[in-house]
Amino acid sequence: MCGIVGLYLKNPRLQPQLGAMFKPMLIEMTARGPDSAGVAVYRNPVKDNEVKFSLAHDDKAFNWRHVEGALEEALNCEAAIHQTGTHCILVTDGKEEDVVKWLKANAPGVRVVGSGHTVEIFKETGLPEKVYDRFNLGSATGTHIIGHTRMATESAVTTAGSHPFATGADLCLVHNGSLSNHNRLRENLKREGMEFQTENDSEVAAAYMTWKLRGGATLKQALEDGLKDLDGFYTFLVGTADGFAVVRDPIACKHAVMAETDDWVAMATEWRAIAHLPGADTARIWEPEPATIYTWGGNA
Amino acid sequence: MHELDLKAIGVTGINQKLYNIPKDSNERHWVIRNPMGQHAIACGVDGPLMIDIMGHVGFYCGGMNKEAEITIHGHAGVGVAENMMSGVVWVKGNASESAGATANGGLLVIEGDASSRCGISMKGVDIVVGGSVGHMSAFMAQRGNLVVCGDAGEALGDSIYEARLYVRGRAVNLGSDCIEKEMRQEHLEDLARLLDRARMKHRPEAFRRYGSARKLYNFNVDHADAY
Repeated sequence: MCGIVGLYLKNPRLQPQLGAMFKPMLIEMTARGPDSAGVAVYRNPVKDNEVKFSLAHDDKAFNWRHVEGALEEALNCEAAIHQTGTHCILVTDGKEEDVVKWLKANAPGVRVVGSGHTVEIFKETGLPEKVYDRFNLGSATGTHIIGHTRMATESAVTTAGSHPFATGADLCLVHNGSLSNHNRLRENLKREGMEFQTENDSEVAAAYMTWKLRGGATLKQALEDGLKDLDGFYTFLVGTADGFAVVRDPIACKHAVMAETDDWVAMATEWRAIAHLPGADTARIWEPEPATIYTWGGNA
Repeated sequence: MHELDLKAIGVTGINQKLYNIPKDSNERHWVIRNPMGQHAIACGVDGPLMIDIMGHVGFYCGGMNKEAEITIHGHAGVGVAENMMSGVVWVKGNASESAGATANGGLLVIEGDASSRCGISMKGVDIVVGGSVGHMSAFMAQRGNLVVCGDAGEALGDSIYEARLYVRGRAVNLGSDCIEKEMRQEHLEDLARLLDRARMKHRPEAFRRYGSARKLYNFNVDHADAY
């Protein structure tokens, strides 16, 4: 049991309210997932030659300033760091691979939670409301946002095991359900060079998508292949640079509902999360069909 | 008519209020405002009340209903009228998964579409769906009638017992042990009565009937190798 929620704004005038509109949606899903929560917010795109990293460290007192300076010196690049709690957003014009390599060698406790041009990922254990407030997300401005409330059934309750999981540049995935072939799939993906931080089944789904996308698949192709290769039950919500995608397994026993008005598109595990949005009463409402890929706002 | 505001008193407040109404009370008509998709609204009502819910509801609305006539003026979430015993649950919009699951009696009308597993394990309820139903509908259905004025999704009536299924449109395919059956006069009469109660203006002759081939009732020794 978990809750997933997504909100995509069609009306740009609402962008300053994104975080405020999303807050009651995420909190409403607390009963489905009180262990941990996570959010991917799409905002403040960086320049074409820059990369934005979402980084995390278990120690709140970790010296991010030191990382900033050492990274600039080592890679001869510009780096700017903005810390929020255990997370930090790093914007740099250094090469993405070099930055990841450098972090791994020189800042071993730092986890790369996500990267791209617009996405920022924040996730932690604790009640969704507390997690949301800890990262000041209520005041977030942006174009779209996805979130997850977790009730762990497959693996430990840890920050690394909470969602969203990054799957590539500006891509991340949240999952409601459980996969039954994740151990075998993890071993296969390890042989393909993928690395894992947890024993979590959803991380395997994310790694699978990453592997497919690196191999040149479009998001839609990766999700279609996933329908064949991922065994278990799931509703996935995938955040993309300019929107989101939704897919359910062919049996579709994990709930999902979608709604659309002139101003927004929303997806949630349960309607009560969407009911908080302005205009929800008169929105067009439907359930995503099994094994069908829905996309918004992007070229998936 | 009496109004209850769910935003003000919550689901427990609403349900407690409905349970406390004496059976012989004249205060029969209750309107519930601001349902906000909350779960278990008007669940376990045990009396001849008329309940109007003004908006979309969450899971299990009208579950275990006895005698009450509950109208949902919106869409219904998972398991609407689950395990209903008698009375009526009427959905003006669409219903999510497992509508009328395990229901023993009463009438469930869904004016729009119902999602997957509509009437799963139904035990005597009558369900009339104005639109279409999703996959695995009437799975292990034991007794009662499921009337679908639109189409039925994959694996209709899988492992069905003695429930009767009437479909006006196309059934994508039938589940294990579910077959098309002859529509006799008694079935046309039953169906006409159900359509009339649900205020659906279709001719019974336009429907096809499905039910159990009764091949799964007993172990077939010829299949022993399969185990």
